[in-house]
Amino acid sequence: MHDYQDQKPTVLAILDAHVSMPGNLLPILHAIQDNLGYIPTEAVADIASTLHLSKAEVHGVITFYHYFRETPPGQHTIHICRAESCQSMGSKALENHAKQTLGIDYHETTADGQFSLEAVYCLGNCACSPSITIDNDVYGRVSPEKFDQLLATHQGAE
Amino acid sequence: MTRLFISRDSTAISLGAEQVVNAVKQQAAAKNLDIEIVRNGSRGLFWLEPLLEVETPTGRVAYGPVQPEDVGSLLDSGLVQGKQHALYLGNIEELAYFKNQNRLTFARVGLTDPVSLDDYLAHDGYRGLKNALVMQPAEIVKHVSDSGLRGRGGAAFPTGIKWNTVMNAPADQKYIVCNADEGDSGTFSDRMIMEGDPFVLIEGMTIAGLAVGATQGYIYLRVEYPHAGIALNQAIEAAKQHGYLGENIQNSGKTFHLEVRRGAGAYICGEETSLLESLEGKRGLVRFKPPLPAIVGLFGKPTIVNNVISLASVPIILDKGGDYYRDYGMGRSRGTLPLQLAGNIKHPGLFEVAFGMTLRELLYEYGGGTASGRPIRAVQVGGPLGAYMHPGQFDTPLDYEAFAAISSVLGHGGLVVHDDTVDMAEMARYAMEFCVEESCGKCTPCRIGSTRGVEVIDRIVAGIQKDKNTVLLRDLCDTMTFGSLCAMGGMTPFPVLSALNHFPEDFGLSPAKP
Ligand SMILES: Cc1cc2nc3c(=O)[nH]c(=O)nc-3n(C[C@H](O)[C@H](O)[C@H](O)COP(=O)(O)O)c2cc1C
Ligand code: SF4
Ligand code: FES
Repeated sequence: MHDYQDQKPTVLAILDAHVSMPGNLLPILHAIQDNLGYIPTEAVADIASTLHLSKAEVHGVITFYHYFRETPPGQHTIHICRAESCQSMGSKALENHAKQTLGIDYHETTADGQFSLEAVYCLGNCACSPSITIDNDVYGRVSPEKFDQLLATHQGAE
Repeated sequence: MTRLFISRDSTAISLGAEQVVNAVKQQAAAKNLDIEIVRNGSRGLFWLEPLLEVETPTGRVAYGPVQPEDVGSLLDSGLVQGKQHALYLGNIEELAYFKNQNRLTFARVGLTDPVSLDDYLAHDGYRGLKNALVMQPAEIVKHVSDSGLRGRGGAAFPTGIKWNTVMNAPADQKYIVCNADEGDSGTFSDRMIMEGDPFVLIEGMTIAGLAVGATQGYIYLRVEYPHAGIALNQAIEAAKQHGYLGENIQNSGKTFHLEVRRGAGAYICGEETSLLESLEGKRGLVRFKPPLPAIVGLFGKPTIVNNVISLASVPIILDKGGDYYRDYGMGRSRGTLPLQLAGNIKHPGLFEVAFGMTLRELLYEYGGGTASGRPIRAVQVGGPLGAYMHPGQFDTPLDYEAFAAISSVLGHGGLVVHDDTVDMAEMARYAMEFCVEESCGKCTPCRIGSTRGVEVIDRIVAGIQKDKNTVLLRDLCDTMTFGSLCAMGGMTPFPVLSALNHFPEDFGLSPAKP
């Protein structure tokens, strides 16, 4: 399904656009993930040779940061905030509800490929906890009922 | 034409601001009403968001919180003329919780269109830079020193001293780095400035560049803040086009370039040296100090690393003078602090006030007590590395030294309120767990100690050798405090020990003596 030969031109174009930028590794990884949804393992060699780094160094950077992923995400990615303010307003119950409803744990994707579930530590939306994001959209005061409504509106939607 | 204001702040959006905008647009068009919707920042009174303000000949009139289904009745009852309605609030600036604030840094947030340079200029924007452009670097730094401004990112280090060091460090290239990693739970003031008045941050960084001779700036923005990234980039573009950024700023011959760089979800990258590593394209491992970043910083060059609010406070200091800013506050805590009320609180939001108000006033007069209506039991101030405070400590004034004196941390000014259903042993365990998750891994007390910490707390709560394990937990906290390279491992004991000391009954231990 994901053939690196199809993805490679995108990766090479990104590398090309960033060669002379100081401190370019994170911007490159972001651009790849923005375009492909994740950072394919095969891209590591291309990144490493362009930046004159070892593959281990590039891999070490990718794995250090929570945000970067090496596997394709589902259609929609849900991030649930686990930090203190959200806990004070019931995020634990929301987490349990979400895991049960989706039938998956964190870092997993539903069998139909619709939803991936990730944890996040604070979205800066603490004034309206508990908070989640679905793709790039933030939602505040998310009760289990509101969560179900949001799932329904995203189900099957692009 | 009548101007309506609906915020583009991500908290307003999280409560449905976009849907309100769409409903207003559609229904106003159907009624042939001549309106324009300005997307402003948020006034920071989040229990009233989505807030809708209307410009009338006698001033702005607000309605809130507005849901899409309210729009029909609002328009029918004369919203455009500022007429009465169940959601009518009058002029927001006349409400007590707004009027009693001291809005210096946040003066424009919620008032203006965040990405309109004209609006910025019309509301006193770039007056600080205008003054700075005709000053000598030392004179700029003196204003900042005189203001008494201390770093708002947590450690409260005097900003003037840091700038002075970088100014005096000889180098062919220097950098200004804005720490926009804001990872602390309960803090959102950095986000609100970046979304609600990005120009004030850009202006502050430009002034910093002039002060120390740096021609390049970076804003290291956490990836969790996409809306802030959009607003910053729009404002940077506008500033460039009108000669406020780039080469030859306002025909002064001075240069300053600015770029936004995204983080990637690592809390430790808020620590300044780890942030620099990340900007250089590496894993965010904390560096040993010395050398200080002010001497050997980004790419080995002298670098100012300042928090968003620290930098955003500079324009008003350069506009009105260091003394003007210093006249607010108490003791060695000068100026204002944008306090952020979050968690279980009836009136959550951002309140910028001079240092010195008590925690109790803030929690009850402004915050209105808990959202659940139950008693407040614990408040964590200063983020995940801050102590939990109990009601007996609520008369402490908001002042760096007063907080330090009772082993608490004011930090970034974020407050997370918990009611009496909170399990403090669980919160202590979470603090250790967070350290496990977010440690950069460089030193043993932090990396291994936090994992052991979770286990020890579990044993205490399970009643396994309670006394022995409590001694062990205190020992472990000691080792973390004294053996860690940075505040991640060094301050995790604050939430843990404060929970243990003030709320021992939650650990199955005998209650604290009153
Ligand atoms: C673990 C850790 C996380 C930090 N996170 C932040 C942050 O998110 N934002 C920030 O401004 N400072 C943060 N700091 C403080 C910075 O290291 C540094 O002191 C600050 O950016 C200096 O700017 P200031 O003097 O303007 O406060 C953090 C420190 C530590 C130890
Ligand atoms: S205390 Fe923790 S986060 Fe800080 S340098 Fe040591 S291992 Fe890294
Ligand atoms: S703690 Fe959840 S949004 Fe800040």
